[in-house]
Amino acid sequence: MSLELQHPAVAPQRLSHQFEQIDQQNDSYIVGMWTFLVTEIMFFGALFVALTVYRSVYPDAFEQAHNALNVWLGLTNTFILLTSSFTAAMAVRSKMLGQRALTLVFLGFTILCAFGFLGVKYVEYSAEFREHHFPGPNFQWSQTVSSAPAQGDLAANSQVALGAPKVGVNEFPASYQPQQLELHKRELFFSLYFVMTGLHAFHVIIGICTLSTLWLLIYFKHPVVDDYMPVELAGLYWHFVDIVWIFLYPLVYLIGKQ
Amino acid sequence: MSSIPLNPGAIGTGGRTRARENYLNIKHTVSSWLLTADHKRIAVLYMISISVMFLFGGVAAAGIRIALVRPHDTFFSSETYNKLFSAHGIIMVFFFLVPSIPATLGNFLLPIMIGARDLAFPRLNLLSWYLYMFGAVLVMGAIMFGGIDTGWTFYEPYSSVYSNTNVVAVIVGVFIAGFSSIATGINFLVTVHKMRAPGLTWFRLPLFVWAMYATSIIIVLGTPVVAITLLMVVLERVFGVCVFNPACGGDPILFEHLFWFYSHPAVYIMILPSMGIISEVIACFARKRIFGYEFVAFSSMAIALLGFLVWGHHMFVTGESMYSGMVFSLITFLIAVPSAIKVFNWSATLYKGNVWLTSPLIFAIGFILLFTIGGLTGLFLASLAVDVHLNMTYFVVAHFHYVMVGGAIFGYMAGLHFWWPKITGRMYPEGWAMLSAFIMFIGFNLTFFPQFILGFDGMPRRYHFYPPEFQMWNILSSAGSSVLAVGMVIPGIYFLWSLKYGAFAPNNPWGAKGLEWTIQSPPPSHNFDTVPIVTEDAYAYEAIYAAELAGDYSHVEAPIPYLSTTDKQVSVESPASPNSSEERK
Amino acid sequence: MNFPIMPQTASNYAVSIDDIYFTLVTLTVIFTGIVTLMLLVFSVRYRRGSRVSRKNPSTGNLYMELTWSIIPMLLGLWIYGWSAIPYSRIYGDPPANASEIFLIGKRWMWHFQHANSGIRENNELHLEVGKPVKVTMISQDVIHGFYVPALRLKRDCLPGRYNTVWFRPNKVGKYYLFCSEYCGTNHSEMTGYVYVMSPQDYAQWKANGGSEHLAKTETTVEIGHDLFEKYGCVQCHGDQDNVHGPTMNGIYGSTVRLANGQTLTVDDNFLRTAIINPQAQRIAGWPGVMSGFPVGSGDGQISEENLLDLISYIKSLGNVQQVDTAAAQKVTAKSATVRTSSHNASQATKGQSR
Repeated sequence: MSLELQHPAVAPQRLSHQFEQIDQQNDSYIVGMWTFLVTEIMFFGALFVALTVYRSVYPDAFEQAHNALNVWLGLTNTFILLTSSFTAAMAVRSKMLGQRALTLVFLGFTILCAFGFLGVKYVEYSAEFREHHFPGPNFQWSQTVSSAPAQGDLAANSQVALGAPKVGVNEFPASYQPQQLELHKRELFFSLYFVMTGLHAFHVIIGICTLSTLWLLIYFKHPVVDDYMPVELAGLYWHFVDIVWIFLYPLVYLIGKQ
Repeated sequence: MSSIPLNPGAIGTGGRTRARENYLNIKHTVSSWLLTADHKRIAVLYMISISVMFLFGGVAAAGIRIALVRPHDTFFSSETYNKLFSAHGIIMVFFFLVPSIPATLGNFLLPIMIGARDLAFPRLNLLSWYLYMFGAVLVMGAIMFGGIDTGWTFYEPYSSVYSNTNVVAVIVGVFIAGFSSIATGINFLVTVHKMRAPGLTWFRLPLFVWAMYATSIIIVLGTPVVAITLLMVVLERVFGVCVFNPACGGDPILFEHLFWFYSHPAVYIMILPSMGIISEVIACFARKRIFGYEFVAFSSMAIALLGFLVWGHHMFVTGESMYSGMVFSLITFLIAVPSAIKVFNWSATLYKGNVWLTSPLIFAIGFILLFTIGGLTGLFLASLAVDVHLNMTYFVVAHFHYVMVGGAIFGYMAGLHFWWPKITGRMYPEGWAMLSAFIMFIGFNLTFFPQFILGFDGMPRRYHFYPPEFQMWNILSSAGSSVLAVGMVIPGIYFLWSLKYGAFAPNNPWGAKGLEWTIQSPPPSHNFDTVPIVTEDAYAYEAIYAAELAGDYSHVEAPIPYLSTTDKQVSVESPASPNSSEERK
Repeated sequence: MNFPIMPQTASNYAVSIDDIYFTLVTLTVIFTGIVTLMLLVFSVRYRRGSRVSRKNPSTGNLYMELTWSIIPMLLGLWIYGWSAIPYSRIYGDPPANASEIFLIGKRWMWHFQHANSGIRENNELHLEVGKPVKVTMISQDVIHGFYVPALRLKRDCLPGRYNTVWFRPNKVGKYYLFCSEYCGTNHSEMTGYVYVMSPQDYAQWKANGGSEHLAKTETTVEIGHDLFEKYGCVQCHGDQDNVHGPTMNGIYGSTVRLANGQTLTVDDNFLRTAIINPQAQRIAGWPGVMSGFPVGSGDGQISEENLLDLISYIKSLGNVQQVDTAAAQKVTAKSATVRTSSHNASQATKGQSR
């Protein structure tokens, strides 16, 4: 549909020397972007596989661990991203129609949403750091380890016992200790959580950089953005970032045991 | 030339001056090279870089062979030995074999073969080279200053917890190089899809382009998976997060699954481009269409897709489920079929051809023989029960060297000799090239055939010390490796020599078909003055075949001998006259 | 000058694996021969300038394509099916009379425990010819690979998880044992020997208590029994179910339902987790009061070795039927080897008394 809306009179385009026609150039950019997004899907795909495998191996620990996440903040972020995806699409449309002011507004709103997403993420992360849920030597789990509520001596012990692992006393790594093992399963969950959401947040940051650059270029009427193609490509990228979150949110925040 | 009607408005029919503007002499500044967006210059940059990396990898290999001459080597410590084979594997796999053909010959030829002025994204192409260089410098630095001892497979939990070498720096280097090959893959896919010349339909594409297309699919789908997997190893080492470490509930087998999900298809990244080259070379020097073009093209695609379903055959003995082993074994047997199709089609192409035995063809025949052995021994390893015995032994080492060196490197050499005149505008000495092909073939077999026997005898790979009864085979292998090294140094010397003293290459020294032979050697920066219009299939050698059988060799242009440095502006006569000598060959 | 072309053959798998191997060698020679012949004959016969008939050159033929696709495929499928059979035996269920050996791999040594005699040894494994053996292996650190070329046998030895393999050594001799999975600096020195001995020699070796410095005369079942009391397992897991936990009698091999709804079969890996970390797989209907024993050598910890001992004891409490057959086999063995009859008999009674 994008190509029908495009009208050379509205948006003059620059043809790179390796291309013959403007359609060929635009198609190449679109195909290239989609191919790039395929690599991105494979990138996240490996992490989703790891998450699924470990969830099926440690259903209880993963259920408990995911309960510690803040579902509502995640939901807020889902709405923020969905909204930003809409405005990104609108920005592409207005750019195609040559409505510069509207493009700036929609792009600006998308960037704001992205910052909002990172802000919420910051609140989430800082809470998790406070509770020592970041994996590594300082990882702690303050809730009881057993899946049933307060049971006998274990419940009493676990408050004390689940501290930082002590390494090097024994011939065997201390991490093989049972409560350490339980602890580590939660750490495993949080490792995947931080890797996945961190990687996603990294993509959001790249998105902010891209969109802001575009905004400035359009604002200063740089000839590079006479054409709608850069906005279209950035829009595709932004939708991808959104879609990854659409998969991430239910798989990490919502799904408990199968 | 008249038999190639593809490019009516172009160069090359009449007289020609050697100093004509081309991509090499258009500018000479350093920045014109380092900031170039020309796919041909980037190909040359890549060629220089991977040759340097190959040298490093080769030195490490020499170290390994020196150590293995004696059963209880004292020349190196075990730490050093382990670092040597790790360096050899990492450099050769990630910094030589994976980028070797796609980034050099592919980069150079793909746009020309499809009649384009450049790849779709020239600056992305340059970025790819910089990423490669950055990764390579990082990895070489890490190897020089401390080294790494995990092997190229980075198996958990050794790589994340137990090794105290430069694992992080090396993995980051490999990670970055991975993005360089992703950039190349995306570029190729888009270029093949969108930039073909008018009339160049999918089934008129040269098989080299098909091979690059299949390779790019594998790169695009596989590389990100290994990238993120290795990144998690780094996170485990640096932040102590827990993903694969069994001490905290992680599963090292999951690492192996994710690793081989890329690294098995990576084998096809290395071999498919070579197969493409062999198709070009065989068709050209047999003066025939490739036998069963569609079968060869689709077998590339079949290999690319099935290649993603066989990774588990690396893990028959690890404790993966017996039944998954059986499935992976079955698919592995099936993937042998497209390879067999290719081998038989190449052989059948020579049948009733008018075979011109040149050094590229000799390298190509060497490729087919060695790849046949490499492929068939792969079936030993695909056989479940036999693999229980042979897995992780020297049999595996021999098998993949037959595929990677006998296959990928012989293919690369065939391609390099075939297109060297086009790339550099100079001819190499044919006699030396033939000699080096024979020396490489003999040296290669002497090096790696004994390793099959060692493997069946039970010698595990990555062993610094080994039982003394294996010594004679190891001595043979080490002796062979020195022959192989000689075979590889000779081309290095004559290629460099040819840059200055080689005869000047005509546009089409082999009388070959294909768009790249219709433009001047070396090509001009923009490749084509006008966009060529393709009106015939690839390998339409019928006219040439008929002419040669009738004794007319006028389509083979003779090189202009190098006379002296003052010989710059001599224009060339019609190239028909010197061909009577060609005829007698 | 010594050019060995194949390893010794000393197990029930060796011959069948070698048969497949040499069939493959033959096929490889045939196919490589065909290809070489085609390439050489065609490129010489049809070389430039040779005056041979080149009438009707062909550039494709569907029937030929099908021929050289289908014949290799059928051959491949035949080899595939053939080689899957020994594979499914190697990693499949061992025969009931297989004696059990526990193997702990650590950088850079192999530690064996014989379940029936309790003998422990490092980097050496003594076996009786003709008797099936099941090896249960685990690693303390990185991945190792248990590899005996003469037995045509290999299995990765993983950290945190048991892997098993079984075989029947059928030729007396001394064979190499290698670590096949790269495990660090001294990987190539993580080697040893497997001694397959005649029944007389084996009995003698066993009577001497194996190699001296590591000799222990208790069977792993006996050691496991002592540990069962020492660690206080018996208080909650005695002969009868009580409020704290189920009895171990007959639990091995049975199917249990966990508190989280999963259904699992009690095997070695299940017991390992249940001892180290009972909360991970609490059986439905019991309170989660057991705190588990960490792996280690300190107070309240249990070593990998002792874990294997405990598991083999719990196994011996398994299905009553199985205990009987095991005892019966021991009696048969006793009558066969007179010299060690008293030794075996005492063990048989010990086993039965529990």
